[in-house]
Amino acid sequence: MWKTILRRIILMIPQVIILSIFIFLLAQAMPGDPFTGLINPNMDPAVIEKMREAAGLNDPWHIQYIRWIGNAIHGDFGTSFLYKLPVAEIIGERALNTIWLSLLTVILTYLIALPLGLFAGRYQNSWFDKVVVVYNFFSFAVPIFIFALLTLFIFGYRLDWFPTTGSVSSDVVKGTTAYFFDKLHHITLPAISQAFLATAVTIQYLRSEVIDAKTQDFVRTARSKGVPTNKVFTRHIFRNASLPIASQLGYEITGLISGSVVIEKIFGYPGIGKLFIDSIVQRDYTVITALILILGIATLIGTLLSDIIMSIVDPRIRIQ
Amino acid sequence: MAKEKKVNENVQESVPPMGMTMIAREFKKDKLAMFSLAVLVIILLGVFIGSVIINQDQIMRVSIFDKYAAPGTFSTTNNTTFILGADEGGRDVFGQLIIGARNSILIGFTITIVTSIIGVGLGIVSGYYGGAIDNILMRIVDFIMILPIQMIIIVFVTIVPKYNVWSFIGIMSSFYWVGKARLFRSKALSESRRDYVSASKTLGTSDFKIMFRELMPNLSSLIITNLTMNFAANIGIETTLTFLGFGLPTNVPSLGTLIGYASNGDVLSNKTWIWLPASVLILVMMLSINYVGQALKRSADARQRLG
Repeated sequence: MWKTILRRIILMIPQVIILSIFIFLLAQAMPGDPFTGLINPNMDPAVIEKMREAAGLNDPWHIQYIRWIGNAIHGDFGTSFLYKLPVAEIIGERALNTIWLSLLTVILTYLIALPLGLFAGRYQNSWFDKVVVVYNFFSFAVPIFIFALLTLFIFGYRLDWFPTTGSVSSDVVKGTTAYFFDKLHHITLPAISQAFLATAVTIQYLRSEVIDAKTQDFVRTARSKGVPTNKVFTRHIFRNASLPIASQLGYEITGLISGSVVIEKIFGYPGIGKLFIDSIVQRDYTVITALILILGIATLIGTLLSDIIMSIVDPRIRIQ
Repeated sequence: MAKEKKVNENVQESVPPMGMTMIAREFKKDKLAMFSLAVLVIILLGVFIGSVIINQDQIMRVSIFDKYAAPGTFSTTNNTTFILGADEGGRDVFGQLIIGARNSILIGFTITIVTSIIGVGLGIVSGYYGGAIDNILMRIVDFIMILPIQMIIIVFVTIVPKYNVWSFIGIMSSFYWVGKARLFRSKALSESRRDYVSASKTLGTSDFKIMFRELMPNLSSLIITNLTMNFAANIGIETTLTFLGFGLPTNVPSLGTLIGYASNGDVLSNKTWIWLPASVLILVMMLSINYVGQALKRSADARQRLG
């Protein structure tokens, strides 16, 4: 068990290194450097050149890379041109918002997907199953930005049930229950839009898993022992089908966080997706580079977590 | 004698229907798939015939007097009626819808073809040869899989000099082939262990011929299904990126451009004629392409067939 985890972590190291080199080169390709903003008629170009030299921007790229990655390991991603604040601070603040949104989305996704998938599989070809199949087809085919726009239009603007932008109203005090509920009120609509589409894979997986399991030997054994039908489903089939879902959690959350660009842009939600778009528009490259690096590493950790959970849940995987 | 002949005839009749016949039977059986196909054909015909008739320069001309003209308004500057109203610059939404749809469909299609050639090709090579080639290719695939692709594409879109439609297609294609490569690699891997491949090798057939003349046709149903679903997905990705403002260049309107106007709360809530038709068009296209794709998928799998 520990051997597997250790091997997976060691395998991750070259990936992290290549990822960081790739992102560093990408950052080099972006126009401008921290002193571009200083260029003006009153400033002697020679002075700027001296400042660049002092900051090490004229060194060969591998030396610059080592300096950059060294700082990044210590949590220093440089300073944002736009906000004049340390990048880590800006991202940390926004990341919290995105994590809350992703968390609620995941909870909603499983609340919808587990019962729908499991019962559609159990009562295959019933009217309930047919409704679930139609819903599943829609959630597969509909692009998220159109669905999100429509929900914002109907529930945000027309019915006025939910706020249309932001993550919290300006007039509530931090730390109170009103603050919590106000945040929840802001998060609900984007979370529902995301969850509606995120359920697609899970429902389809659970449904086909239950349908497959119904004809398998362990179910026949349970039935022939005289286990009541309900118990066969809840104890044997459902549990077997839903365990692998737990292992998807890592993928799910990292997928949601790196896919947050669209949903946060539409709902004006101040998370890292919106931070990314704002930084791109303002050419705030230190923030962009840091965001991509952090998300890449988060994805790696997410897959690692998923693999670890999977190997705990399903011992067959450990063998290799 | 006569009886024997009859038996032979029967034997011939019982040969299972293949390829196109099977697909046609599936569509005949599933009325909704037939309907989706019809809707798709009508949209495609309408968009392509419409875009030939429509004068793009006239549509993209800004006329400030027609700003946010409501649907059905008669425009004195252009001497035409705005069927679906006008946008912020007084440009005809209906015309932009047709041209945008044409661009989105063509670009989605091109990306699908390019990524399929790369993905299926590399996948089959990787799965067939195995060993070092497979190892290297799959490590590259693994690497691209962990990247936050949407964000990287947006970065590339903003830093590529002389950005145009072809750069967009190039950027998209260089990231979206990986899923296909992985899928077709696993299929080619199991297929290349089959007897017919070994037999062909023993006969001295070249690897290239085995891979693309013998192995690939056996994956053709999967390729067709994958292509169809992918076509819908690529239209979705292109319109999403254009909606965000990082897709097609501004002089090439897409369905995403029209929907992008809805980032403005006033347009979203009060001027639905600008973004709603494009959204509905994308929705209808997505649903019908996906439904057709599912029917194709079923016809390729004997256990799921309806027909």
